[in-house]
Amino acid sequence: MSKRIDVKDLNVYYGNFLAVEDVSINIEAKSVTAFIGPSGCGKSTFLRTLNRMHEVLPGARVEGEVLLDGDNLYGPGVDPVTVRSQIGMVFQRPNPFPTMSIRDNVLAGVKLNNQKMSKGEADALVERSLQGANLWNEVKDRLEKPGSGLSGGQQQRLCIARAIAVEPQVILMDEPCSALDPISTLAVEDLINELKDQYTVVIVTHNMQQAARVSDRTAFFNIAGTGKPGKLIEFAETSTIFNNPSQKATEDYVSGRFG
Amino acid sequence: MTSTLTPARKRSALTKGQLPKFAPYVVLAVALVLGAAILALIGFNAFGWGLLSAILFAAGLVGWSAAVEGSRKAKDKLATCLVMGSFLIALLPLISVIWTVLVNGIPGIITPGFLGTSMNGVTGVFDNRAAEGTGAVLGGIYHALMGTLQITLLATVISVPVGLLTAIYLVEYGNDRPLARAITFFVDVMTGIPSIVAGLFAAAFFFAIVGPGTKTGAVAAVALSVLMIPVVVRSSEEMLKIVPNELREAAYALGVRKWRTILKVVIPTAISGIASGVTLAIARVIGETAPILVTAGFATTINNNVFGGWMASLPTFIYTQILNPTSPSNPDPSSQRAWGAALVLILLVMLLNLGARLIAKSFAPKTGR
Repeated sequence: MSKRIDVKDLNVYYGNFLAVEDVSINIEAKSVTAFIGPSGCGKSTFLRTLNRMHEVLPGARVEGEVLLDGDNLYGPGVDPVTVRSQIGMVFQRPNPFPTMSIRDNVLAGVKLNNQKMSKGEADALVERSLQGANLWNEVKDRLEKPGSGLSGGQQQRLCIARAIAVEPQVILMDEPCSALDPISTLAVEDLINELKDQYTVVIVTHNMQQAARVSDRTAFFNIAGTGKPGKLIEFAETSTIFNNPSQKATEDYVSGRFG
Repeated sequence: MTSTLTPARKRSALTKGQLPKFAPYVVLAVALVLGAAILALIGFNAFGWGLLSAILFAAGLVGWSAAVEGSRKAKDKLATCLVMGSFLIALLPLISVIWTVLVNGIPGIITPGFLGTSMNGVTGVFDNRAAEGTGAVLGGIYHALMGTLQITLLATVISVPVGLLTAIYLVEYGNDRPLARAITFFVDVMTGIPSIVAGLFAAAFFFAIVGPGTKTGAVAAVALSVLMIPVVVRSSEEMLKIVPNELREAAYALGVRKWRTILKVVIPTAISGIASGVTLAIARVIGETAPILVTAGFATTINNNVFGGWMASLPTFIYTQILNPTSPSNPDPSSQRAWGAALVLILLVMLLNLGARLIAKSFAPKTGR
């Protein structure tokens, strides 16, 4: 239940502005890949192109190929909705649906798509997803309470449970811990470690320790200056990036001598 | 008790140079007495007394404060007096209207049969008897109340789907396209249409497609929807705009189609605001008189068919009772009925506003653990 992603010569635009230039990267199945780099270098923008969330913004477009196990996401006739049901996403700020209970939030992917499901199946899916997100023990007695009543860290794990309930091939995480305290961050990081047994995980993070802790491979993005496009500088095993990078810019960034 | 070294003092050094707490009340009492005394010299009247006392109160309090507390506190007191004064002036007409309608309307509304009967068969003869004291005031507003409720309901049924769908187009699909900008512009223009023009439009429209002289509740409902639609569009648009984009993205990321996202995530999140906006739009048109006069005419009998025949409504009932009393020689029973109808209309609007609050509360996204 996981697929690999291969990106070939991808250019990402906002209108006429080239935001990310010429990225080629191979993301292995059942692994955690981290994107690091300074703010505004296009990590999140690039991440959003991997499940066609980028084009939700007006004027945004993409050139190049993104292959999910060999199928081009941007091929003619590909429905972005199909793509997104295979490649889930967790956002920077926890965003449970405020009108729904915890249980309905987990079932959102099923219910919003009007798929029929018996109560037993639904209960099983809720338990499985919440256990997968390490949240079951904390919320099992209040599944009918609103999701917005949970703490920030619990909300984020609820969003992860919601993402894995639709059983995607790949999970994209856009700085999932930047709004969380260290304890909740730890919970989410443990969860990422467990998720990679079943899913391909791609995570954007500003926290280099986090990248070093959770990822198998790390990609470093950088930007030459304001108004210039972001580029992929180096992509290698995480230990290589942090201990023995081949590029000077990478070494400066990971060692804190940036600029 | 352990003894302390604090010297016995009447007031703390920290509160030195402040007016005592009772200062405003003292100044108010003095101002009222002084105002009454001055007016007694030139002829007393309540309005002048209130005005003069207010001026004396403001001057006295600010002057005292300036002498004791300094200019900063004095300016603060002056600003407080101005703000409170403006508030009272703004409140005056409202209280006056409610008081007048209550005093004049209650005798009408407690008359037996007022809410349950129509004006069918009530002629000047009965009103003359009532005025002479040999009979009760007959007749009621049942036909007008029913007319108002039916016309407003039909107008709501027309306006809410049109207005809500327009707002959805503007917020979710418009993207600042020329069409969306044109719609926004014309909605703004429609907001300012005088209600009589809306009535004339509906009348002319139905004259053209059904036949000259078509006056029914449905025509009035169309006229009212012309007034309602822009209000519904505006309020729904604002409510849809404040739904966080993150919720839409969260739904898209789950592989949910756009129309389902709108239907099941965006609208439920905004529903409380939309519902209260709709209720306020209803409250806005329920008291319209002019468009109903030219589209539904007046009736004295019960007509429960909005698609056929003239129809009464509360505003036109008030209008005709005051302008053409049932008994021209004794207008008092008619005006009693008119005031009663006015009270019922105000109560309806009040209920709608209360309803809007309840709806907003019950639909609001739940919080809590």
